Amino acid sequence: MSQDGGAVGQDGGAAVAEAFRQEWGRVVAALIGMTGDWDLAEECAQDAFAQALKTWPRDGVPRRPGAWLTTVARNRALDRIRRRATETARLRETAALSIPDDPGLDDDESGIPDDRLRLIFTCCHPALALEARVALTLRTLAGLTTAEIARAFMVSEETMAKRLVRAKHKIRDARIPYRVPPAHLLPDRTAGVLGVLYLLFNEGYSASAGTDLVRQGLCAEAIRLARALSQLMPDEPEALGLLALMFLHDARRATRVDDAGDLVRLEDQDRARWDAAEIGEGTVILDAALRRGRPGPYQVQAAIAACHATAATAADTDWTEITALYGQLARMVPSPVVELNRAVAVAMADGPAAGLALVEALDASGALRGYHLLPATRADLLLRLGRRAEATASFREALGLAGTDSERRFLTRRLADLES
Amino acid sequence: MKYMMLVCVDEATELSPEEAAQIGPATEAWVEEMDRRGIRLQGHELQRVSDATTISVRGGEVLIADGPFAETKEQIAGYDILDCADLDEAIEVAAKHPVARFGKLELRPFWTE
Repeated sequence: MSQDGGAVGQDGGAAVAEAFRQEWGRVVAALIGMTGDWDLAEECAQDAFAQALKTWPRDGVPRRPGAWLTTVARNRALDRIRRRATETARLRETAALSIPDDPGLDDDESGIPDDRLRLIFTCCHPALALEARVALTLRTLAGLTTAEIARAFMVSEETMAKRLVRAKHKIRDARIPYRVPPAHLLPDRTAGVLGVLYLLFNEGYSASAGTDLVRQGLCAEAIRLARALSQLMPDEPEALGLLALMFLHDARRATRVDDAGDLVRLEDQDRARWDAAEIGEGTVILDAALRRGRPGPYQVQAAIAACHATAATAADTDWTEITALYGQLARMVPSPVVELNRAVAVAMADGPAAGLALVEALDASGALRGYHLLPATRADLLLRLGRRAEATASFREALGLAGTDSERRFLTRRLADLES
Repeated sequence: MKYMMLVCVDEATELSPEEAAQIGPATEAWVEEMDRRGIRLQGHELQRVSDATTISVRGGEVLIADGPFAETKEQIAGYDILDCADLDEAIEVAAKHPVARFGKLELRPFWTE
């Protein structure tokens, strides 16, 4: 095994931590591909990182850390399978495992085949419960521990462990294939994978400031996974669109709640505190996606987020463009929530009366019954039209429907302002 | 990989005359295709749950009850044993079954040692 020795004795531990972030998913994916055994793959990947912690600080970081880790993990898997085979006389398992000794069989300069795409499509298979897809993706691809995932989703470690075990058993017992789906299934399944990553991001994004850093860390994990996916599927502009969308939202994360944990409206956020580097990165990625000429819902949502993120002040926001983008989004994925957002954009572009007409129509359709943002939006538009009594009634209605404390506090403040 | 496909319907479902006329030939076409592809090993439609008898033995005594083991809205109306490469193939086969459009199909992999 070649080691360049450049980092001998120094930062071996840091190098392992970095390799863990970069390579965990690849090592696990490769091991599942070789053995078909998810638990064995995870255990052996863990062993390989433990081995790295022992030897890298002493001998230096290998030139190709991923290949080194995969080889160590693979050898460990072979040992375990051989031992198991002699113990139980199930020799056919080893016979079926024709793993060549040379790790240099592969696809790219890292020296190992990249099976992560197969892994993510399997983790996000629609035959698994949505919560299991999310948990499995975080465990096997991102390398979060069961305890970390449990904390992030506010369930006990035992519950999360059961969820993961059950999902892995189903993959094995029901024979969910370990593969990138064939062409006729690919569009649907890709949308499913993107949906899981976006959900992951939103779980982190909706965590309020200071509550739980593990939960907020989900945003970084989601961005890392979305970046990996966009590299693994270079022909899929929606993967880039999703990555751009995440960056553009994440750039505003620090300003969307105040020190008390209360929501801050977009127009009231301190734009100087938005992360300019993330906005820049998101915009560049979005442009790269749009150049492919195959728009999709994530690219359009990213374009909307870019309009907000690049406006110097709230008053500079290009609402005409945003209105057009919401129109496009509504055609791609018709949904009453998109329609409500379009109504807000129309109100900004063409005046509150035009927006209110759309909100009233939506209200009459009953499609958003029980959704607090509908009366909250109506209240806001009524207020801008000077119809204070009706606005007050609508704020009260929204307050009765709001699901979280921070939303209730926000609406209570609006009501107090109105009545003062 | 073998899967038991349970064909489940709400016995109260009323099909339109056209649907009712369609279901027989459509099911035959499905059976013909899956037999030809070597996927369907065996299968059958079952009598209504009013003809079911449920048996248990408790304390050495054979208990016999009229009706199905579970009182649910949807009941098993038939079954097919499928031999598929993997779950994706089984899903494709189940989605093609005409009952999928108004009933539900449950895919249960066979227990394997």
